[in-house]
Amino acid sequence: MAKMNMIQALNSAMDIAMDRDPNVLVMGEDVGYFGGVFRCTDGLYKKYGSHRALDMPIAEGGIMGVAIGMGVNGLRPIVEIQFSDYIYPAIDQIVSELARLRHRSGGEYFAPVVIRAPCGGGIRGGQTHSQSPEGIFTHACGLKTVMPSNPYEAKGLLIAAIEDDDPVIFFEPKRIYNGPFDGDHNKAASPWSAHPLGDVPQEHYKIEIGKANVLEPGSAVTVITYGNMVHVAQAAIKNSGIDAELIDLRTLIPLDIDTIKASVQKTGRCVVVHEATLTSGFGAEILSQVQEECFWHLKAPIERVTGWDTPYPHAFEWEYFPSQERITQAMLRTLESN
Amino acid sequence: MREREEDLMTDKQPVDTAIQYQSKLFVPQASSRPETTPDFSHIEIPSPIASHRPDVLSEAIDIQDLAYGLVRVLGDDNLVAGPWAPDLSPDKLLQGLKHMMHVRAFDNRMFKMQRQGKLSFYMKCTGEEAVAVAQGMALKPSDMLFPSYRQQGLLFVRDHSIVDMMCQCLSNAKDNIKGRQMPIFYSSKKHNFFSLSGNLATQYSQAVGWGMASAYKGEDNVAVSWVGDGTTAAADVYHALVFGSTYKAPVILNVVNNQWAISTPQSFASTGSTFAARSIGLSIPGIRVDGNDFLAVYAVTQWAAERARKGGGPTFIELYTYRTEGHSTSDNPDAYRGKNEASFWPLGDPIERLKEHLIAIEQWSEEQHQALQSELTDEITKDWKEALSHGSLDNGPHWPVTSMFEDVFKEMPPHLVKQSKQIGV
Repeated sequence: MAKMNMIQALNSAMDIAMDRDPNVLVMGEDVGYFGGVFRCTDGLYKKYGSHRALDMPIAEGGIMGVAIGMGVNGLRPIVEIQFSDYIYPAIDQIVSELARLRHRSGGEYFAPVVIRAPCGGGIRGGQTHSQSPEGIFTHACGLKTVMPSNPYEAKGLLIAAIEDDDPVIFFEPKRIYNGPFDGDHNKAASPWSAHPLGDVPQEHYKIEIGKANVLEPGSAVTVITYGNMVHVAQAAIKNSGIDAELIDLRTLIPLDIDTIKASVQKTGRCVVVHEATLTSGFGAEILSQVQEECFWHLKAPIERVTGWDTPYPHAFEWEYFPSQERITQAMLRTLESN
Repeated sequence: MREREEDLMTDKQPVDTAIQYQSKLFVPQASSRPETTPDFSHIEIPSPIASHRPDVLSEAIDIQDLAYGLVRVLGDDNLVAGPWAPDLSPDKLLQGLKHMMHVRAFDNRMFKMQRQGKLSFYMKCTGEEAVAVAQGMALKPSDMLFPSYRQQGLLFVRDHSIVDMMCQCLSNAKDNIKGRQMPIFYSSKKHNFFSLSGNLATQYSQAVGWGMASAYKGEDNVAVSWVGDGTTAAADVYHALVFGSTYKAPVILNVVNNQWAISTPQSFASTGSTFAARSIGLSIPGIRVDGNDFLAVYAVTQWAAERARKGGGPTFIELYTYRTEGHSTSDNPDAYRGKNEASFWPLGDPIERLKEHLIAIEQWSEEQHQALQSELTDEITKDWKEALSHGSLDNGPHWPVTSMFEDVFKEMPPHLVKQSKQIGV
């Protein structure tokens, strides 16, 4: 065990994967010599050389296209998209090609590419450095979609993603790279070293993709979330004293509906929280499935707490970022409704 | 902890470690890294009299030498020479010098304010001031600018209020884009300066479209756009060149080759050739110019603008320069390039070179220069105080918080009306 922040945990996962398998390489803008703008690939260039920690031209579509080609030729590329906001030039390669390759070739071809993309706000990045575009990729058929909320799981999930033969898009909430963040930006930042999930084994381990985690047991209401919002929701539950069950999805596709179902059938109430915008966000999919699976158990309308349907504003970051208060109010509304 | 142990699925069998590859892949190198000494001795610097100034309607193929050469006007003796020498009065040159010094004073102040926590972010253009200032001065005010993020000099040339630029950086109540974007992502319709995007190269083909519309309307205005050396890899750059050439759009497409894309050297995009050469196959003249030579930048831009206005179509200009400082306030260049690499750059500093020229022709003096510098620094200090009086990012005042729901659409649809009433709840 070692104390690791999320950056170090992700770095450790890539290091282990590269050490075990020469087919694994990391690539993207500034990931080589510099070690990435968030330092996630720090040291890999030194250890594995410029051929395996590959700096690349600024062209996400090009990076993704060559990653697919490498994957088809036996390699396991880990692509870093510097900010998930920069992923759009690669959409054609991801959605039309990477996601569908196995299916369209009748199972003959596949590309085991991992796309790592820092996402989410809370760093004053404005509209081009704060987005949470996961819903676009869950809507493309054929991409496993992961978003961890802590170092321990980030490492286990990333190793699982690298060893997976399907393409995985791996969103990293950058606000919690260095420490958990409960949404209160006036409070002093707390580091991962002070959090139990900052204890990370140094060796190889995997966390199964497609399994949610019940983080807090409770019986009054189920709160379903992932990424950044896990910590905000956890603090809202703690500070409000509501007997809520908190589920960290960790993986969006495939969705662990069994864990969700078991919880909502028990509580009869459900609040879905994500930072991405509301309309057509992944929360809409969760709501549909909860309705399909738990309709007769529901005692209140399902609530959503999300980012607003606007671009991420620079000046109003904290009015945009879903707050503990909004989550608490949503939980209370479901509890009051009968 | 119990759940976590269950999660552990440690694969006891390591994968076949017998595989060993002997890589034959070519990977480009940097001009320097922290452990090496910068060396730019391979850069050929021709004399100003070495290049020719062709007719503005020349075919790209006939003037391709300009894509591999380096247009210069200011020689090592600080005097003007060669066919590209523009007809610029000493007053105009002094105006250019003043703009460049003003930009630098502004950048220095804003960078410091970011370090003091007053701004969330900042980007300087130190060492590249001649690009935006000389190009801006060579254009007409009705020409439309589609900048990247390091052409703040254009706004100085177009007489944009400095206080208002600061207010944008502060996202305060006087910010004309209502606190919506990060610092430096200016937009000014009044100055024909397009809204900056954080997504690279997107503006390049948009500039071509603007130029196509100008031609379609029978107008005379030119669209001008900029990308960096790294961004030339983006597909949008190719789109702009293909569409621009196909329709002979009145557009000037610039590549500011400042040698570095954050930590990535230009060698990862230049493919061992010049950037200017890239357009020749698409029948667009490519011209490589000494980007730190104010007069040469002015002259080449003037040539391209005339070509565009006469129906000759696009020109692709590579401005050969050097990014003296970090990419932004978010990176430390000492971590990825040789220490003081800027001091090895063989084409000097644009402000110093124009100053030395004006001194050489007896239109300027060291004393006048120092006096102007202090005057501009004082002005910036005064402007900063005024900008702060309109609010700051941390403490406001800002635009009303519900303003974030405006301008998503022209008319606010019902779902946003509903959300705007929920905010602050």
